Amino acid sequence: MYSVNYHRANSVDDAAKMAEAGDAKFLSGGMTLIPAMKTRLAAPSDLIDLTHISELKGITISGRTVTIGAGTIHYDVATHTDLKALCPALCHLASHIGDPAVRHRGTIGGSVANNDPAADYPSALLAMGATIITNQREIAAEDFFTGLFETALEEGEIVTAVTFEVPEKSGYAKFPNPASRYAMTGVFVAKGKDGVRVAVTGAGDNGVFRSEPLETALATSFDAKALEGLSVPSDNLMGDLHASPEYRANLIVVMAKRAVLAANG
Amino acid sequence: MGIEGIGARVVRKEDKRFITGGGRYVDDMVVPGMKHAAFVRSPYAHAEIENIDLTKAKGMPGVIGILTGKELKADGIGNLICGWMIHSKDGTPMKMGAWSPLAIDKVRYVGDAVLIVVADTKGQARDAAEAVEITYKELDAVTEAVDALKPGAPQVHAESDDNLIFDWEIGDGPATDAAIAKAAHVTKVKIHNNRLVPNAMEPRAALGQYDKAEDHYTCWTTSQNPHVARLVMSAFYNVAPENKLRVIAPDVGGGFGSKIYIYPEEIVCLWASKKTGVPVKWVADRTESFLTDAHGRDHVSEVQMAFDADNRIIGLKVDTIANLGAYMSLFSSAVPTYLYATLLSGQYAIPAIHGNVRTVYTNTAPVDAYRGAGRPEATYLLERTMEIAARELGVSPAELRRKNFVTSFPHQTPVIMCYDAGDYGASLDAAMAASDYAGFERRRAEAKARGKLRGIGMSCYIEACGIAPSQAVGSLGAGVGLWESAEVRVNAVGTIEVLTGSHSHGQGHETTFAQLVSDRFGLPMEQVSIIHGDTDKVQMGMGTYGSRSGAVGMSAIVKALDKVEAKAKKIAAHMLEADESDIVIEDGALKVAGTDKTIPWFQLALAAYTAHNLPQGMEPGLKEGAFYDPSNFTFPAGCYICEVEIDPDTGKTAIVQFVAADDFGNIINPMIVEGQVHGGLAQGIGQALLEGTSYDAASGQLVTASYMDYTMPRADDLPSFVVSTTVTPCPGNPLGIKGCGEAGAIGSPPAVMNAITDALGHEDITMPATPHKVWAAAMKH
Repeated sequence: MYSVNYHRANSVDDAAKMAEAGDAKFLSGGMTLIPAMKTRLAAPSDLIDLTHISELKGITISGRTVTIGAGTIHYDVATHTDLKALCPALCHLASHIGDPAVRHRGTIGGSVANNDPAADYPSALLAMGATIITNQREIAAEDFFTGLFETALEEGEIVTAVTFEVPEKSGYAKFPNPASRYAMTGVFVAKGKDGVRVAVTGAGDNGVFRSEPLETALATSFDAKALEGLSVPSDNLMGDLHASPEYRANLIVVMAKRAVLAANG
Repeated sequence: MGIEGIGARVVRKEDKRFITGGGRYVDDMVVPGMKHAAFVRSPYAHAEIENIDLTKAKGMPGVIGILTGKELKADGIGNLICGWMIHSKDGTPMKMGAWSPLAIDKVRYVGDAVLIVVADTKGQARDAAEAVEITYKELDAVTEAVDALKPGAPQVHAESDDNLIFDWEIGDGPATDAAIAKAAHVTKVKIHNNRLVPNAMEPRAALGQYDKAEDHYTCWTTSQNPHVARLVMSAFYNVAPENKLRVIAPDVGGGFGSKIYIYPEEIVCLWASKKTGVPVKWVADRTESFLTDAHGRDHVSEVQMAFDADNRIIGLKVDTIANLGAYMSLFSSAVPTYLYATLLSGQYAIPAIHGNVRTVYTNTAPVDAYRGAGRPEATYLLERTMEIAARELGVSPAELRRKNFVTSFPHQTPVIMCYDAGDYGASLDAAMAASDYAGFERRRAEAKARGKLRGIGMSCYIEACGIAPSQAVGSLGAGVGLWESAEVRVNAVGTIEVLTGSHSHGQGHETTFAQLVSDRFGLPMEQVSIIHGDTDKVQMGMGTYGSRSGAVGMSAIVKALDKVEAKAKKIAAHMLEADESDIVIEDGALKVAGTDKTIPWFQLALAAYTAHNLPQGMEPGLKEGAFYDPSNFTFPAGCYICEVEIDPDTGKTAIVQFVAADDFGNIINPMIVEGQVHGGLAQGIGQALLEGTSYDAASGQLVTASYMDYTMPRADDLPSFVVSTTVTPCPGNPLGIKGCGEAGAIGSPPAVMNAITDALGHEDITMPATPHKVWAAAMKH
């Protein structure tokens, strides 16, 4: 690791001010950033630690509207009793991110802002039509995730919360990369008042995306059987040591079926 | 057997310090004035070094020194060598390419060490290392052995114009060809044995300290064999004479073979300590481990197994190409030859065998012994072939094996080895019973109803441990003898220190060796200490690898204990006025058998050291040493049965049952043996399902250089193992033990792959059988 200046922010405003100097990075768990710094692949001049800002933590539920503070760790999402009753798919997703150490450090805001193409949360937020709230504005998930590790966030902009209306039904299934255990293909399905939305993570060569053929098939019948015999194109899917685009295309359909089965309980 | 003696499940004495953070590893060592090193390594697989500019780096904060290969050479430090001479079948010696500890003109793999930077802190050393400016002229690289042999392939070393190191053979070619020609059936198989990264939990490390006043060096290093390290660094690398070089291998966090060898870093740290005047410590990061620890396996073989009309094997022909990487590591030549092809007879009576092995340079990390070292390669090849043969012949894989088992001993194979004892049928029966082999088809049908592909596969392995009779290995080209040493020091009040030439890096010697002593004299284990790993404390020894510490290391201890016992009995007989032959040792006392005359052990020890009343002419003291040279290898064997269930939708393979029935001869501590089997199985299953080392063919970059891409087995990849043992004592050593450290890694890969191919219904898949490959294979047929 290169030497770096560490700053602990006590409020979002505080953090935003700190970020004005140097080549600063926000730290919200550091599950990606710290390993990258340790291997000298990332070299920010300043680290601004958001994890001690109390206003960023916690889950509030109002009717079917859920708001999760950006600093909420995965473990707290996974084990939140009221959220589990309302949206078990999201708790299931959170309970399968990384390992226990990651789930007690990593945060939803950190995950969303990093937008790793194999991260779990982006698929849920995209499928549920969530809104990402920052210290400057509100951004629809659709517009937020723009590419590999790319988001709509401006320089110095801080994710403060995500909010969504819980869909009528939702489910998540992922096939982990055997080595990293990140999603090699993860599919989140949501059936809400605006219809069925299917978001795929871990497979797209430009990050999380919605699968139109799957949404069309499930719009007719929200049943795993509706996906029998269906195939999705392998264009624009990632190919690497662990999975070819064709294999990922297969996994998208298989995981979608499993997600629908989970959604239908 | 007492509660702490031979055969008892004694909890490991060393574990408390390991699991409470009390272990002392090389990185825990701090000496006054110590500074830190970073190595500048080649970013290219193959390149000429055109220019090195240190101007900027030398001005970096904290820099003490930056040293080059030219300076190293000028100071007379020698090239790294391979210590086992192999001759090609035409009589020419192997073509060993020069391996300078720091590359001088040319780099040959990604990670090849070029410079050492010494600075006040580790961070400063790395910063300065990044500031070094080296101009390379990149050359074409070759990573696969088969490609390296093709005409026009990039030439890795000047010493071999075709990248061929040697072309070696064993056995009887004409007799084997004749057997194949007259066979009723010939099974032909192409075998890939995948390359593996060892992944010891503790990365390699070295701390070199030069004492100017004494003109003496101390090297703390992660070694499985500190005396061999001293010998080689002294005799071949000219670091210092043996009496001026102390090598200490303290607690070492796993080796699996990769810490046998002497690497550039420990040599360079010692030399750099003298050059810079400060002690120099280097600790590999995980990336350096991936890039530069000697890798394992990487064979491509073609096999022909010939059967007569009665399904008896009449001949076996094997043609193997082995990738040895960019340089010949210390024992790299022995692994694909005498540790591999000498086991091509397996558990079977095969009248004619011919093995041909070509070893090849490529622009990849050096390849050497890795848990099993040659025996996994032989076992995988044979046991895949046997299973395929049974399928082709339409007979039970179990019965085809049983029909061909060696059943009388000693059995001389056509490939040097002479098996001393075993009961292969007993292991097969035990494994088949434990796995309910007979009930498999019912389980397959049940799985099919759930949409799953279920398969079963077995592997009957034999391996050679307890390496090795010195004269025999010497005649085959080894540069060292492979005996072991021990010294038993009984202190004046009866506590005992055992100094062993073996080295423990996870095996539990502090427990098992103490059990042996405790058993012999009826003393509590707390009174016995096992000392190892320091050339200033322990007499010359050969270290730990090839499951030799029990069969060879403990045998040396037994010999020393015999001498101690003989002297103690003489003293007791004198003091008790009895005949020496009437003295027995039990429950911590020497007694005159059949009487109440007794001397407690501590009193006997005290008498030996006060020397007030010893037999006429006897020297005071009670301390004996011994060297033990084995008369043969030992031959652990067993049968493993694996049952898998494949999800054809995703290609994910679940191991639903794994049965291991081993014959390790007599067992000192069953708990430790089971732990060794579990660990070996995890590595073997890792090889079969998960672990694949991948170099980019065009650039020679290691693609699997971190745990993001290299799949280590995790607990949830593995089932609960069903392990058991049968016993045929080894007739060759005093304890009748064979060794258990590698069996799991040797026997399991073919069992897993036989199960997967059984489930798939075809043989068209290689290790590691990742979900992607299994899915594609399931689609194919």
